[in-house]
Amino acid sequence: MRLQFILSEIGLGLRRNLSMTISVILVTFVSLTFVGAAALLQTQIGKMKDDWYDKVEVSVFLCPQNSTAPTCASGEVSDDQKADIQAALASPEVKPYVEKVYTETKEQAYEAFQEQFQDQFWASAATVDDMNSSYRIKLTDPEKYSVVSEVISGRAGVEEVKDQQRLFDRLFSVLNNATLLAGGLALVMLLAAVLLITTTIRLSALSRKRETGIMRLVGASTVFIQLPFMLEGAIAATIGALLAVGGLWVGVTYLVDDWLGESAGWIPYVSTADVLTIAPALIAVAILLAGISSLVTLSRYTKV
Amino acid sequence: MIRFENVTKVYARGARPALDRVSLDVERGEFVFLVGASGSGKSTFLRLVLREERASAGRVFVAGKELGTLSSWKVPQLRRHIGAVFQDFRLLPNKTVFENVAFALQVIGKPRHHILTTVPDTLEMVGLAGKEKRRPHELSGGEQQRVAIARAFVNRPNILLCDEPTGNLDPTTSLGIMRLLDRINRTGTTVVMATHDDEIVDQMRKRVIELSTGALVRDQSRGVYGSDR
Repeated sequence: MRLQFILSEIGLGLRRNLSMTISVILVTFVSLTFVGAAALLQTQIGKMKDDWYDKVEVSVFLCPQNSTAPTCASGEVSDDQKADIQAALASPEVKPYVEKVYTETKEQAYEAFQEQFQDQFWASAATVDDMNSSYRIKLTDPEKYSVVSEVISGRAGVEEVKDQQRLFDRLFSVLNNATLLAGGLALVMLLAAVLLITTTIRLSALSRKRETGIMRLVGASTVFIQLPFMLEGAIAATIGALLAVGGLWVGVTYLVDDWLGESAGWIPYVSTADVLTIAPALIAVAILLAGISSLVTLSRYTKV
Repeated sequence: MIRFENVTKVYARGARPALDRVSLDVERGEFVFLVGASGSGKSTFLRLVLREERASAGRVFVAGKELGTLSSWKVPQLRRHIGAVFQDFRLLPNKTVFENVAFALQVIGKPRHHILTTVPDTLEMVGLAGKEKRRPHELSGGEQQRVAIARAFVNRPNILLCDEPTGNLDPTTSLGIMRLLDRINRTGTTVVMATHDDEIVDQMRKRVIELSTGALVRDQSRGVYGSDR
């Protein structure tokens, strides 16, 4: 009896304020889409870090024959210079950060180069002597790049020290900024959602003032009087959250899986599984929003 | 059943009190008329009993409970033992007679079978058998008030509060309502009725409590409306 009664009250309230209900659904939909997008961007960054930080290395390119770099004034790197660099890598200040050092000779570099650019006509013009021999250093902690870089770069025989992580960091900062933007927009929209839900519940409570008045009079409990209004807000907000999850799902499927996945497939992308992971959180946010709005409004408009 | 001990009610700070040090007792099963000019404090009295207001000073007891110390989550429980009827009926226009009365039971969580047996009984008692499916606007004023009384009485309250229940009705219809209230009183329900209707008060010869600008000026068993008669 009770449940059925509450459900019919909710249905009545939602239909009576249809336009407001729809606007609540839309606002929560848009705001939670932004929240979800921000969360997915962070997931994306996490995935890339996991995937790439294992592979990133610091490359120490040694001087080739005709380099213009000042450290290469003495021509191609000599064995003495190589020994000096290796000693530096083995020194106590650098050693703890170095996991492994691979050596790539210019012959190996030439082979790799030819393989990578075999379709390009200009590749055949390169010779073995144009290539750098190099040390590829795997760090124990990729963040400690600068320690290694300071010790090695500027030494005679070293043309350039390159940290691949630097490249990624630039990409990550772009993604982080996008997260901030989405998060900021989400915040504004969430505020709008709270205000709108508050107004909707207030309208609904006012339009049923007669009913609630009688309910109070005959001794209906406060929870019983307020529950339909609370659930109304919660249901509208939850529908909005579900739409947001659906929107993100569609976005990930078509934009990321189909489009980005095809055009730049070497990057590990967020998947629809990640959308499902954040879905419960989005719905929880929606219910929380509606709950806060209800409490604020109802304490004032359906006083016992 | 109802006990006022030196009760004062002041709505706005500094204003004249709506009730001024009123003390009285209403026993179980009594029928009491509450008379006095508009603004004499009759409605405030009823609102205090319903705990829609709290006394500014003094103590109000209803069914053995002191309302001043009653926590607000217990108020609904109190109100389930009090029925209330008003001059303006306060029916739900989009519900039928049956639904209006059943509403009072639904919202306090009574089971369906209880509602299906109690509501027709109560409607028959107030003389509305056969009109269950009508809506309030299809009924006369007297019939609407009977629906309101049925709604107030359907949960068999110990106390029935009536705030000018005949205020909108013609004398003949009013008499019918009074007979009904009398019948309800005979079932053991305490009835407190605020009214301006001197004919009814004079005819019924029940206890009369008169308020004047918030003060209790007369408490007379088997009394009449005007004190000077």
